[in-house]
Amino acid sequence: MERHFDLELADLKKTLLTMSAMVEETINRAVSSLEKLSPELAREVISADESIDRIEIAIDDKTFDLIIRHQPLAGDLRLILMAGKIGTELERIADLAVDIAQRTLKLAGQPLIKPLVDIPKLSSLAQQMVRDSIQSFVNLDVTLARSICKRDDEADSLRDAVYRELSEIVRRDGGLADRAIPLILVSRHLERICDHATNIAEDVVFLVEAKFIKHCGK
Amino acid sequence: MKKIIEVKNLNLWFGEKHILKNISLDFESNEISAIIGPSGCGKSTLIRTLNRMNDLIPETRITGGVLLDGQDIRQEHDVVTLRTKVGMVFQRPNPFPKSIFENVAYGLRVQGISNRREIADRVENTLKAAALWDEVKGNLNQNAFQLSGGQQQRLCIARALAVKPEVILFDEPCSALDPISTARIEELLLKLKISYTIIIVTHNMQQAARVADKTAFLLMGEMIEVGATSQIFKQPKDKRTEDYITGRFG
Amino acid sequence: MKRNRLLIQKLWFSVLGLSGLIIAIILFALVFFVTTRGFRVINWEFLTAAPKDGMTAGGIFPAIVGTFYLTLLAIAAALPVGVITAIYLNEYADRDSRLVQVSRKAVNALAGIPSVVFGLFGLALFVNFLHFGVSILSGGLTLAIMILPVIIRSSEEALSAVPFSFREASLALGASKWYTIRRAVLPTALPGIFTGAILGIGRVAGETAPIMFTAATFFTGRLPSSIRDEVMALPYHIYGLMTEGTHPEQQAPIAYGTALVLLVLVLGIDLIAIIWRYRSRKMKKW
Repeated sequence: MERHFDLELADLKKTLLTMSAMVEETINRAVSSLEKLSPELAREVISADESIDRIEIAIDDKTFDLIIRHQPLAGDLRLILMAGKIGTELERIADLAVDIAQRTLKLAGQPLIKPLVDIPKLSSLAQQMVRDSIQSFVNLDVTLARSICKRDDEADSLRDAVYRELSEIVRRDGGLADRAIPLILVSRHLERICDHATNIAEDVVFLVEAKFIKHCGK
Repeated sequence: MKKIIEVKNLNLWFGEKHILKNISLDFESNEISAIIGPSGCGKSTLIRTLNRMNDLIPETRITGGVLLDGQDIRQEHDVVTLRTKVGMVFQRPNPFPKSIFENVAYGLRVQGISNRREIADRVENTLKAAALWDEVKGNLNQNAFQLSGGQQQRLCIARALAVKPEVILFDEPCSALDPISTARIEELLLKLKISYTIIIVTHNMQQAARVADKTAFLLMGEMIEVGATSQIFKQPKDKRTEDYITGRFG
Repeated sequence: MKRNRLLIQKLWFSVLGLSGLIIAIILFALVFFVTTRGFRVINWEFLTAAPKDGMTAGGIFPAIVGTFYLTLLAIAAALPVGVITAIYLNEYADRDSRLVQVSRKAVNALAGIPSVVFGLFGLALFVNFLHFGVSILSGGLTLAIMILPVIIRSSEEALSAVPFSFREASLALGASKWYTIRRAVLPTALPGIFTGAILGIGRVAGETAPIMFTAATFFTGRLPSSIRDEVMALPYHIYGLMTEGTHPEQQAPIAYGTALVLLVLVLGIDLIAIIWRYRSRKMKKW
């Protein structure tokens, strides 16, 4: 039977996809603002955050409304609850992009202390994970979702590598701390983005299989 | 959205019993408005006032007014035109013991329409609008009682639609139906609101939540609260509303 | 204790069953009695010829025709009046009004009046006062008055058995009260009204007293040519054969034969009513 409810669910999914596109875009900009040390790009990232926040609230509102009106059960309920959670994760990712942009503003105006090697790797990993997590949500692709969870370790080791390299530099020359610490923080922000992407992937697995896989195997 | 029906300070007594107490409420066009409340709160009586079905009950006394398109339904409308503008679907499916075709045609014949072609066309269009056409198109001459309960109720909806009303009143239309038939009727309501104004009385709060744009809560003849459905169910302003919708009483 | 209760229950069931059985036995005995005495005289001539040889031979055709005309006229007169009265009482009138209470009591009282009184009343009103004479007209109208209560009551029952929801549905579509009655209520009540009417026919077909002074004659050689003619009728024919005439021992078997015809006729009519009611009940699902 045709359900009016399905139209509303489709609408919710669409809103979530719009939000994820905006979030991907904002990560891209944040990373390139760092690579180019461009304060303009960084400011764009910071100002775009507001509209993402608004979408998050809209999604919360919509999920609340759907629960009130339709008393969803089973797959409908999982979809609505997970949509709400994914919205929150995406908003947190956007906040981390803002954090990266703020680090850019700190670093702008002076050359980087070293050419970036691991950070671009980490950032492309983070972007890929975010994109894939959304993809797995759209297609309800559990295999893809599970593969994302495994990539999280890779992100952790890249972050550790950045930390080791930069702490070595600071140990040798304490005066460089101002220019090294923001980069360490960036690596941590990127790693956190990967964590959130992992959460999304875990939510997708719950959505499809009604099984919690988080906090397992760690 | 324009106001189609305005209820102003409506009081109603059956004999000595004060059933509706000073109710004021508006119904907007192309919206579904739900009236909820425990049994005996006066919700059916309220919508039966809107097409003057209460006239059938002796010793009814009414004060205050009901305006349809700005005109008082008791002074400026005669009851026949009022009821063609404000149709009604009842609690139990009540098709006539006639064929499916004749059931839908009944209201047209009441209006004196006798052109066979016109009647046939309108019966078909109406049955389509009521999402029943595909199920019955092959046997329009079948007795309506051979349909299932849900189909009968959709037939009754078609019968009401046939005379092209502005407003349709639904008096607990799903209380005698199974969940699937109920869901079908609810889907139908959501489609119908594009062309009609719908007022539904229901004891089923979830149903009000699912279909209504606006919800009014009645308790012992008083209107406790009215508002957007999501507001009523998210954060009712009155404690009695909250108690009722959370199942603390009623 | 429990055993005791079961025993009492069984006892009562047997009593109830026995009463039913007694009724069936009485009916069976009656039919048997009339049939064994009557069937010998029945043949084609008996059904299609007039009596001859001073009522000792021939048939009963004029009486069959007479009874047919009388009941036809009675039902034609009583049905419209009865149905209209029932509609008034059931649909229009305020239930507590004095007129309704008086009419309803009158209907009940009418049902209780002995049939011979109707006969006298018909004689006074139709035969003498209105100068209809002893005729089909007078007899038919007298019978009509007699079955009026049956028809009114059964029509009222049929009307009030029509669910209120049909009336509501019709009124809610903007139909007037009269339109609602004509198009929604009456068609639904019609099977019930007709069953009542048919049972009424069965009843008047067998009445003797109301037609004794108003329509019936013991013997006429010709069939009636207008409703102003007097006629023979089956019940009166039986009465006449058993009480008048010059050859009682030859007339008695003819009387039983006539009784058998009348019995078959009345039971046949009742059977039609029963079948009709059964079928219309099977149809309705409200």
